[in-house]
Amino acid sequence: MARRENPEINAGSMADIAFLLLIFFLVTTTMNVDSGISKKLSEKPPADYVPPIIKEKNIFEVNLNFRNELQVEGERMEIKDLKDAAIAFIDNGGGEGKIEEGVKTGPCTYCKGEKSESSSDHPNKAIISVLSDRGTEYGVYLKVQNELLRAYTELRNRLSKERYGISFDELEESYKDDRNNVALQKKVDDIKNSYPQIISDAEPTSSGN
Amino acid sequence: MSKFRKKKKGMPAVNTAALPDIVFMLLFFFMVTTTMRETELQVENPRLPSATEVKKLEHKSLVSTIYVGKAKDAKYGTSYNKIQLNDKIASADDVPAFIINERSKVPENQQPFMTTSIKADKESNVGTITDIRLKLRDVNALKISYSASKGDN
Repeated sequence: MARRENPEINAGSMADIAFLLLIFFLVTTTMNVDSGISKKLSEKPPADYVPPIIKEKNIFEVNLNFRNELQVEGERMEIKDLKDAAIAFIDNGGGEGKIEEGVKTGPCTYCKGEKSESSSDHPNKAIISVLSDRGTEYGVYLKVQNELLRAYTELRNRLSKERYGISFDELEESYKDDRNNVALQKKVDDIKNSYPQIISDAEPTSSGN
Repeated sequence: MSKFRKKKKGMPAVNTAALPDIVFMLLFFFMVTTTMRETELQVENPRLPSATEVKKLEHKSLVSTIYVGKAKDAKYGTSYNKIQLNDKIASADDVPAFIINERSKVPENQQPFMTTSIKADKESNVGTITDIRLKLRDVNALKISYSASKGDN
């Protein structure tokens, strides 16, 4: 028998098959980046729970009606002005802070607000209460929440820059990379406790719809 | 003359042997990065609101997702307030059962880190979200994340 060379296998259609698979994955892939505004709900209060009495001036009332209109402290406001109003309220520092584990926190030394008598005493006493209607659009509601968070972020960044020379975002980022760093954790907690986020959601009304 | 006549020659075939390799490389990339949607969406893909203060969700296996939006099936009506749990449209009253079911899939020491991600359409109503939130509080699923895309407005 004559010696024959091995015939080459035709691999021309291999690319076609691979393309077919590739296109399948291309079509089914969802590149979803899961991100969102995280919140911690308050625990369910016991049946006999009596809410503590809070001074009127320490509450920052944000109302949203079913027409998506914003009312802050009894006056109409545009969403873009909300952040600055919230900052002015949180950072007011008009009085003594709350008592933590028997120790008075005293007046706010790092606040740069107006120290007005009619606004909040201390960032750790300042409560932002968001009241919305059942018919309010979710997108608007989230925008309001976002603006309030932005107010806190701005204040925290400012304080962190003052105390540690870097912004709070960077501080948190470096803490994330180095979880066991106690000194870093102290810094993060310090800033967080100086401007604690106290945003409460009131039971929505149902005037519209 | 015929001596100098150019030999008729076709174009040499381009070697395409490396083509499958490249395609396979792409294929593997997509296979690795793909996450198959485990639930079929019964509501229209929610148009997420956008926000600047978003945080990335970590630990995908500890996240349970609740979709809120307009039902694809017209028999549920045209409002943007339909809640989807698992594969079907449900009401807020079914949320506790859904969470308990999700919780049973996770080892006990991980359970406090479980997060509920609410993917709601921009035009949903706050009332629907509140209903879900109250039910979540009943079963002590306190960590939630309002899904939003990063960006201004």
